[in-house]
Amino acid sequence: MNAPAYNFAYLDEQTKRMIRRAILKAIAIPGYQVPFASREMPMPYGWGTGGVQVTAAILGPQDVLKVIDQGSDDTTNAISIRKFFGKTAGVATTTATSDATVIQTRHRIPEAPLHAGQVLVYQVPIPEPLRFLEPRETETRRMHALGEYGLMHVKLYEDIARFGHIATSYAYPVKVNARYVMDPSPTPKFDNPKMDNCPALQLFGAGREKRIYAIPPHTHVVSLDFEDHPFTRYRFDAPCALCGAGDSYLDEIVTDDKGGRMFVCSDTDYCESRQLIGHRGSESAAPHEERTHG
Amino acid sequence: MTTVTELHAGFADKVLSAQSTFRSVMDAMTRPGSVQRVTAAAGTPAGMMRGAAAIALTLFDHDTPIWLDAAMSATPDVAKWLNFHASAPVVAVSSIASFALVGDAKNLPALDRFAFGSNEYPDRSTTLILQVESLTQGPTFEMRGPGIDGTTLLQATLQPRDLFQRLTINEALFPRGIDVVLVHDDLIVAIPRTTRLVASGA
Repeated sequence: MNAPAYNFAYLDEQTKRMIRRAILKAIAIPGYQVPFASREMPMPYGWGTGGVQVTAAILGPQDVLKVIDQGSDDTTNAISIRKFFGKTAGVATTTATSDATVIQTRHRIPEAPLHAGQVLVYQVPIPEPLRFLEPRETETRRMHALGEYGLMHVKLYEDIARFGHIATSYAYPVKVNARYVMDPSPTPKFDNPKMDNCPALQLFGAGREKRIYAIPPHTHVVSLDFEDHPFTRYRFDAPCALCGAGDSYLDEIVTDDKGGRMFVCSDTDYCESRQLIGHRGSESAAPHEERTHG
Repeated sequence: MTTVTELHAGFADKVLSAQSTFRSVMDAMTRPGSVQRVTAAAGTPAGMMRGAAAIALTLFDHDTPIWLDAAMSATPDVAKWLNFHASAPVVAVSSIASFALVGDAKNLPALDRFAFGSNEYPDRSTTLILQVESLTQGPTFEMRGPGIDGTTLLQATLQPRDLFQRLTINEALFPRGIDVVLVHDDLIVAIPRTTRLVASGA
């Protein structure tokens, strides 16, 4: 028997047409969540079924795909999705941000600046930024229709009242093109400024919640804040222990059970390409040398 | 009686032609005012340009009611071809159409004859596909909006001549509105509802 023959990029053509129409509407109405008939995918919800469907609908044989999970090219989720498209679409894959034409991401925006022509596809768990404030879809839909986002400001205000500052650190709400309040997916708020006036197209797919939304290139994306409590980025106050970067988003890695820890770039491609050109951090090992066998 | 053999062909390679055409349309929508080329070849029924035919094969199916203007429905060719290749229902009422194919854009009906979507569901609007005289020559149109870095220039001979004037309703209606794809031969330009005309000249 032959191996099962899948259509190019797994999805059937009718599904792709439906998703493609939703993507075009999403681009035309920046920040608006377009409902779409999300399909079951051969991976569980929460593994990026929305992002995978968007990627499958746009991917062509000439594309070069990069997949990251929390900034890393080497985690299970990233590897399995990269292999999925390598197998079903036969596309070239890469870990280098600048070489990729399509980047599917879970919870990070790459550190290296994106360029025109690239597409960043986000995996989104809960696309509705107002959902935890108002559980009824009929109500949140009306709030979006009327542009009534007072509730979101109340939430941010309550943060300030309770903690003295806006304590929301990820999925920090943004306003797109001065109209729709949008959930940037659970990216750290460190990444929010990268969405503003970005030269690449940003597409968001939520599989379980059946929504697609988009930010076209060069679109105003403003993080919600107050005049006396302006939006601030957050990063650990340390250089990367491997590449010494002082400008990247850091992961905290626990190294022993005595309180030892190190901070390393969450974006593995950024960290590795900095190490390649000679940057070193406090925990860097000696440069790796290939050993010849036999 | 027309038999199937007399119909014009669809895409030779359905999957990859639809993909490349979609990417051209997506790039056009992403960068309003930029001229994109549709490379996939398909048969074109009488009155339909190459770009419009490729877009139809890429985006139309049984879920998308299609409205045809008088030029497109002058012969049954287009409706039959759409029915055969895309199974797309052709409807007489423009206000329920997902897409409107306009062959003779000079006689474009008033925009309020099409669907604008609702404030709750602004995506339920009609996308206009207008065949125009030229997308490389003619008066210049300076545009701004999402997808455009500052402003961009489009040189085109458009019908109707007051297209951009008519599209100013998009500003008041937003998020409701009409998205337009202009087609000339195998070139396409998209004017989504967020794009605004800054200036136009000869």
